[in-house]
Amino acid sequence: MLSSHVAVIDYGMGNLHSVAKALEHVGARSVEVTSDPEKIMAADRVVLPGVGAIRDCVSELRQLGLDHIVRKVAAEKPLLGVCVGMQMLLEHSEENGGVDGLGLFPGNVNFFGNDLHEGDERLKVPHMGWNQVKQTIDHPLWHRIDQDARFYFVHSYYAVPGKQTQLAGRCHYGVDVAAALAQDNVFATQFHPEKSHTNGLQLLQNFLAWDGRW
Amino acid sequence: MPLAKRIIPCLDVDNGRVVKGVKFENIRDAGDPVEVARRYNEQGADEITFLDITASHQERDTTLHTVERMASQVFIPLTVGGGVRTVADIRNLLNAGADKVSINTAAVFNPEFVGEAADRFGSQCIVVAIDAKRVSLPGETPRWEIFTHGGRKPTGLDAVAWAKKMEDLGAGEILLTSMDQDGMKSGFDLGVTRAISDTLHIPVIASGGVGNLQHLADGVLEGGADAVLAASIFHFGEYTVAQAKAFMAERGIEMRL
Repeated sequence: MLSSHVAVIDYGMGNLHSVAKALEHVGARSVEVTSDPEKIMAADRVVLPGVGAIRDCVSELRQLGLDHIVRKVAAEKPLLGVCVGMQMLLEHSEENGGVDGLGLFPGNVNFFGNDLHEGDERLKVPHMGWNQVKQTIDHPLWHRIDQDARFYFVHSYYAVPGKQTQLAGRCHYGVDVAAALAQDNVFATQFHPEKSHTNGLQLLQNFLAWDGRW
Repeated sequence: MPLAKRIIPCLDVDNGRVVKGVKFENIRDAGDPVEVARRYNEQGADEITFLDITASHQERDTTLHTVERMASQVFIPLTVGGGVRTVADIRNLLNAGADKVSINTAAVFNPEFVGEAADRFGSQCIVVAIDAKRVSLPGETPRWEIFTHGGRKPTGLDAVAWAKKMEDLGAGEILLTSMDQDGMKSGFDLGVTRAISDTLHIPVIASGGVGNLQHLADGVLEGGADAVLAASIFHFGEYTVAQAKAFMAERGIEMRL
């Protein structure tokens, strides 16, 4: 099953090297970092990464016409969104004065705010570091990963899903944060699996073995 | 609070080798950076920081190559600093596999560069390194200033105000090194750590002066740091990262074990 050809969508933002290297490390047959629609559609499965500001991510994606490709992929084959790559799949984000996403998942992306607290403790923003993820559904991508396992997060905005049934995992940082979303053959994580050591590599390996059903 | 405090081993790298000196002198060789990073990764390090102290430009390619090798074997966040002066420097490091870059001297001489970098690449990958030194006399209200050139050149800039300015310009994290303590193994300067951590909304990494595990715990409990950075206690086998984490967890600090 681990004979996968993976396309990592390159829309000109940030460091895609990490995702590609991590996928190779866990046994992907080949990994192509590409913005070519044909190559993306030819892959067995697709990763939509994302770092930086969502405005730039969405506008680059649209400019390259890749928003349509992401929709097509989402209808046909396993798709993994990571960090801003997850946030872009929702309807709207508060970041950069308000940005519309692709709307594959109902819901919004909100700012943690400058006055985030946990009891008496003032919390720093970005939410940066290793937090525990509570798996809220049984899903093939959680296979062999412990409940409350830690993953690496770095973000100042967090997703609030419109449909609770699409929540796959959550963590807590002053507020409840959607750590993962799932619908049909789409899975998306707020954390960075490619930077989350053993747990993250396990999730990527699970993605390579996933047929899109659950 | 489920978010764990972080332990970050720091690799000072000179021409492709990990080195460690006291106050930038008496340099000792501590191995191949990729091997060292792999060891810390296996021990449970939460991130790796790689500071390129290479003086000459020709050797920058060695650095990029080392970062590339490290990023394809170590799957935890990697921060790279040292000589980062331009947007192109940042792009090269990120493309080589760094997750964050640390800007130090360039921020002092050109603060707008921090804003430009954050706007271009996102705050999450811009760390500003601050070298602070106590300038107040014993008995006076404590005051710290920013120093450059390995702690030799004063700038007259107040460290707390400077850190705040870096946050306002878009820094995502502050790497705070006490130049009085660096290499002394007598613990962090908890005063400046606390002052900056309490003032800022972004995470603060305490650095400079760790000699034992209690110092790491103090950085979090007394200094209010979100992460603690150390080099020599790990390089020369005094402690493993796993021992440090167990020690801190026993003192009630949330850790990723």
